[in-house]
Amino acid sequence: MKQSIFEIVSNQALTANVYRMELRGDTSAITAPGQFVNIQLDGMYLRRPISVCDVQGDILTIVYKVVGKGTEAMSRMESGKLDILTGLGNGYDLTLAGEKPVLLGGGVGVPPMYLLARKLREQGKEVSVILGFNTKDEIFYEQEFKALGCAVTVTTVDGSYGLKGFVTDALKTMDYTHFYTCGPEPMLKAVYRASVTSGQMSFEERMGCGFGACMGCSCKTLTGYKRICKDGPVMMKEEILWAQ
Amino acid sequence: MGAMNVNLCGIELDNPIIPASGTFGYGYEFAELYDINCLGSFSFKGTTRDPRFGNPTPRIAECTAGMINAVGLQNPGVEKVISEELPKLKKVFHKPVMANVSGFSIEDYAYTCQKLDAQEQVGWLEVNVSCPNVHGGGMSFGTDPKAAAEVTKAVKAVTTKPVIVKLSPNVTDIVSIAKACEDAGADGISLINTLLGMRIDLNRRKPVIANKMGGFSGSAIFPVAVRMVYQVANAVNIPVVGMGGVSSAEDVLEMMLAGATAVEVGAANLVNPYICRDMVEDLPRVMDKYRVNNLNEIIGGAK
Repeated sequence: MKQSIFEIVSNQALTANVYRMELRGDTSAITAPGQFVNIQLDGMYLRRPISVCDVQGDILTIVYKVVGKGTEAMSRMESGKLDILTGLGNGYDLTLAGEKPVLLGGGVGVPPMYLLARKLREQGKEVSVILGFNTKDEIFYEQEFKALGCAVTVTTVDGSYGLKGFVTDALKTMDYTHFYTCGPEPMLKAVYRASVTSGQMSFEERMGCGFGACMGCSCKTLTGYKRICKDGPVMMKEEILWAQ
Repeated sequence: MGAMNVNLCGIELDNPIIPASGTFGYGYEFAELYDINCLGSFSFKGTTRDPRFGNPTPRIAECTAGMINAVGLQNPGVEKVISEELPKLKKVFHKPVMANVSGFSIEDYAYTCQKLDAQEQVGWLEVNVSCPNVHGGGMSFGTDPKAAAEVTKAVKAVTTKPVIVKLSPNVTDIVSIAKACEDAGADGISLINTLLGMRIDLNRRKPVIANKMGGFSGSAIFPVAVRMVYQVANAVNIPVVGMGGVSSAEDVLEMMLAGATAVEVGAANLVNPYICRDMVEDLPRVMDKYRVNNLNEIIGGAK
């Protein structure tokens, strides 16, 4: 973990409520795809945890959805500096990927899949990506994943683009060695049931600190109590204990 | 540079700054960031007799200038704290540490305190009779002078180290509770725990926190804390540890002028993990600015 000041390089809308922000600063604490950063915003007490979409040199890219006051304020920023804690969370384990990993991202769970896909492609893996959205207008990053050389399938719940249905409808027809996923909990549950291999799932929870001190984001797993922020956000499929 | 050392119930502190229980874990997360031996001490995560997972999530809500938490005393239980956490803590922190204890019965408090009292690293026992996030215990002992006194007596009977009773602000008359603890043998009083609060999500029309209510902390509560520290410090003859929204070295001086011998820092650690170190480093400058040569001279100085 590192606290440092980043400078906003760009901030642009990808869809009606999803934005991409590029920041310049010390990215050295970011060591794995699937980690997150915690951003301090003027007028907000707690930091806002946002997943890392990409990191190249001193440029950190985050893709975030406007869900409340904090992200609303972020969406209006054009320039300036932000106090950010980087290198938070465990991130995805790339060594378990096998030769043909599949990556499933749902909605705002898509961004962390990007750095993961890029790293896996750099290792020469045959990467399939399934991106799930509700409707055509919400789709982002399809071309970016294609540009990495991934086989991309887009699903929409209303059938307005790509395959009609859920990410699991696409997963059922695929041959893969390991899965990686991030998205809303109903989607994670569906992937958990539909998957035929081991895999890694990234979870979300309201956080206090984001670095393991406050126990605000604890969950029960088959391997004991875990803090989503510090011991997660990525959990192995085999350790997940779904809340009733 | 003026003298920053203070004496808390017979133990010398290099400075009065103490991260508060529940915001500093057992210190390791922070020890990765800086040498935590620069702190006066710290109060480790609230410990109970049995292991506890705590409350369902969400446990956290944002507020203006603060936050609400309803963690619910998650901890591995006193046996594991002693066998697993304290040995690890010893590697990163070499000063006497404050052991924070909660319970659901008077026997619980006595049992847990007795165990922790026997640990070499423990300097003080901070007896939390004020947790707003658990049912059938915690705060119910701190809202009645008789019950608070009974807990204090029971803990004092089985311990040798200074006992500091941590009080709740969610009461009509905090002075009567503080006095009852003093009369029962408490060596010190710490206050305030969090204020009972609540947020409601406009979209879902439901409480943000799964437990519905939680403890409100952060800089917003600082004036309430200063007032209560002032009232209690003027009514008792034992040291008072002031806390509640402290976020700067200036706040430390203000708390001490109100009557605090030492100052705990809570929610601010969660926002800026370096804040206690920064406050320790900034304290000499602030002391100079306000012409303070020795911190001991200003304790309770605001009349």
